[in-house]
Amino acid sequence: MRADVLIIGGGLIGFSTALQLAMRGSRCIVLEKDSAGRHASGVNAGGLRQLNRHPAEIPLSVAAAEMWHNIDTLVGSDCDTRFPGQIRVAENAADMLLLEERAAMVRSLGFQHEEIIGKDQLYRLVPALSPHCIGGLISRKDGYGRPFHALDAFRRKACSLGVEFHSSTRVDELERSGTEWSAITAKGEFRAPLLVNCAGAWAGRIAAAAGDAAPVKPGAPMLMISERIPHFMDPVIGAASRKLSFKQMQNGTLLIGGAHMAKLDLEHQVTDMNWAKLAVSARTVMALFPQLKNVRIVRTWAGIEAFMPDNLPVIGSGTSPGVYHAFGFSAHGFQLSPVVGKIMSQLILDGKTDLPIEAFSIERF
Amino acid sequence: MPACDGPTIVVKDHYQLVIIGAGPTGLSAARVAADHGVDVALLDEQPAPGGQIYRAMESIPPARAGLLGDEYQHGRKIVSSFRQCNVDYLSDTQVWSLNSKREIGLLQGDEPLMITADQVLLASGAMERPVPFPGWTLPGVMNAGAGQILFKSHGIVPNDGVVLAGSGPLLLLLAWQYMHAGVKIQALLDLTPMRNHLRALPRLPRALMARHYLAKGLVYKKDLKRAGISTLHNVSDLHATGNDHISSVSFRHRGRQRSIETELLLVHFGLIPNAHLSRAAGCEYQWDRSQQCWRPELDDWGSSSIDGILIAGDGAGIGGARTAEHAGRLSALQATYALGIIDKYERDQLSRDDRKWMHDDLHIRPFLESFFHIPRKLLSVPDDDTIVCRCEEVTAGEIRMAVADGHSDSNQVKFLTRCGMGPCQGRQCAEAVAHIVAAAGGEKVAQGGHYRGRPPVAPLTLGQLASLYPEETE
Amino acid sequence: MFKRLDENPAATVTVTIDGVQFNVPAGETVAAAVLASGFGHTRTTVVSGAPRAPFCLMGVCYECLMVIDGKPNQRACRELVNDGMKIECQHATGRL
Repeated sequence: MRADVLIIGGGLIGFSTALQLAMRGSRCIVLEKDSAGRHASGVNAGGLRQLNRHPAEIPLSVAAAEMWHNIDTLVGSDCDTRFPGQIRVAENAADMLLLEERAAMVRSLGFQHEEIIGKDQLYRLVPALSPHCIGGLISRKDGYGRPFHALDAFRRKACSLGVEFHSSTRVDELERSGTEWSAITAKGEFRAPLLVNCAGAWAGRIAAAAGDAAPVKPGAPMLMISERIPHFMDPVIGAASRKLSFKQMQNGTLLIGGAHMAKLDLEHQVTDMNWAKLAVSARTVMALFPQLKNVRIVRTWAGIEAFMPDNLPVIGSGTSPGVYHAFGFSAHGFQLSPVVGKIMSQLILDGKTDLPIEAFSIERF
Repeated sequence: MPACDGPTIVVKDHYQLVIIGAGPTGLSAARVAADHGVDVALLDEQPAPGGQIYRAMESIPPARAGLLGDEYQHGRKIVSSFRQCNVDYLSDTQVWSLNSKREIGLLQGDEPLMITADQVLLASGAMERPVPFPGWTLPGVMNAGAGQILFKSHGIVPNDGVVLAGSGPLLLLLAWQYMHAGVKIQALLDLTPMRNHLRALPRLPRALMARHYLAKGLVYKKDLKRAGISTLHNVSDLHATGNDHISSVSFRHRGRQRSIETELLLVHFGLIPNAHLSRAAGCEYQWDRSQQCWRPELDDWGSSSIDGILIAGDGAGIGGARTAEHAGRLSALQATYALGIIDKYERDQLSRDDRKWMHDDLHIRPFLESFFHIPRKLLSVPDDDTIVCRCEEVTAGEIRMAVADGHSDSNQVKFLTRCGMGPCQGRQCAEAVAHIVAAAGGEKVAQGGHYRGRPPVAPLTLGQLASLYPEETE
Repeated sequence: MFKRLDENPAATVTVTIDGVQFNVPAGETVAAAVLASGFGHTRTTVVSGAPRAPFCLMGVCYECLMVIDGKPNQRACRELVNDGMKIECQHATGRL
């Protein structure tokens, strides 16, 4: 089987790349070892966050936010997005100082989306918050989506434009023959002159096979979700000095993340919850929302994701001819995915992109 | 929460053996292990030992116990034997987590605890196979097992006019028990297809080696007939209708559409292993075509795919209460051996009688499984408007649409539709979803797959979770 | 739907179910007490608001969620009645 571009990894980054390429007439094949969005893409927290990005990611994140606000025109679905804003709350003067420095830094880079709010405004936006907080940093156009719905919309749109998707198709070997890359799988050989590595936690293996070294560390950030409760909060809440991502979803459930890791057995793709760390997450939520004490947690899980040593993704071309990489989003790739697809299509078809991606080069390792 | 009976037990951080479930399996296992000096904790949700089958054994008034028949009375021996052994019996204890490292999360009242064990025996028994049909979510439609629980534990029975429907030995037993209690049963609708008689015939000779079961079934049938209880066989297209409560049940019988007015319909479609905990731990499962359910991959002793986790009794595959007793003892011996307390020779010697009894008892199973085989059409919920996920109210049609959109396993259907994401955590819809996915995709049920286990297996409040590991920080 | 066999329970407790007082046998589960007291349903669903009642009574269906002494989402089949207990039908998610 032959195409213009072979994309390895049927997650959000893979399908976003395939979609952008297909929109410009390229024939793409997406190869996925499990099912679409089986790991990080399908089960992440769905945060659409510009707030608190690494400076290098800010331009991409701002461009991605624009795309998310019009996502319907791109994929024919709103991906169940909501944009109630994201807030990092300050619980004391030291927190507030931290947030003010952050806001100043972002402004100095020429961006206006992160804004300090005082106590009054904070409690107008989040009346349910424990009374001890003193202010916050807000990104008003941030929000969240439903990851699996987004993944599904990207997949369907891409496939409607002719992208060929093969699930349960693991790439066992990569070979370069002549001007083509060949992916050997149990379901046959797939060939194309161009190869995009979007393999998430497994991207290190693909990169190595394509001639690049990348210190990918697989990890499984834990999430927990509650039963549905009455509507009580709109924005997504984080905290200046605590590990927390906390939101009430459209259906009333509470989604709690805190970047704590499950115990991961990568070979068997199995995770064991770390209850000690989930207990810390629960204490964090209760410190900010003590009235939630009797809300019941009904599920916990951990999607398998690629982490890089500097927590920045790899985006760009590889060292071998025809190789491109987009992986290692270190648990904050969901929001970036539409723009990363666009960047990859520009790199592949135009040889350049209008967004700054130098910081994401694979050569930094 | 009621207090545990007897003196309050101080729960230890670690046990040599933790048994989960105080039905025939767990009670027999506890006795054997304790007799060998194993440091055992027996954890159970209920306030008193007995499990579902021997529920309320110690508190039941003798007159009520008499109505339930001698199979129930047999449990008295097991419970009293258990009471004589030295184990930490933790009643009213909800287990909310078990992982592959044998860390066990429990909840006693409002207090969560984590304990560990060298060996864990899951004796969590069976649950009734949920089979969605039109109207099954209406108040007034309940499981037959629920009716039996009300009877055993509380002496509560249906008003006159109850209708029983479905397929399986429990339905017959319940009808018989109600008859003895003087309940007027309006109709017993037997959904067992006539073709199953033929299907079961080759298994009859072996079943005759456990003929006391067959004899019992025939007695029940004869008694019901003599009492004038109307039993309709080969019934299909079961349908409950009503607005806020069931008002009638309709069905097909002998080519005719019929309807019976009733305020209570008790349904039963056989039993399946209660596997939530073992799935959360990550034990491997395989599809059993004969039993029409997933059962854990186990060796002869009940050892699962995870080191130090054993599964016995109906949770290992439906074998009935007597088999469960033997299986519990076998697994307890294996655990005792694994702990180094007895050697292999002792284990094998001590297990000989139980193995033989269990073997003999199981003769009836292939016959029962083929006789009460549930038609695949019924399991795959043919009516698109039928609610499959009771919690999130997802219909069979929505599930089929997801499959048509390329979501070819149960977990993808779950992600897309929220089917199985409500408070019951998929306990009531997982089997049906797997059947629907398989039927819609033209695949075998095993390929449709089962929801991955997601702890906590029983809801835990944020406050309870927050009280764990107080010394842990970010 | 249901009735109690004539067994003369040793002890009873008084509970209120949706504001109405009932004497029920001590040791009974809330679900049993509610069913035997003639209540047709115990909750309404979160999605469509449809009425539901206990289905399995053994803790696996989560249909019998009720508000017990002000706490929502309690499995009525797992809680035993107490004297003075306040039992309410749960509407959708229940209050916080």
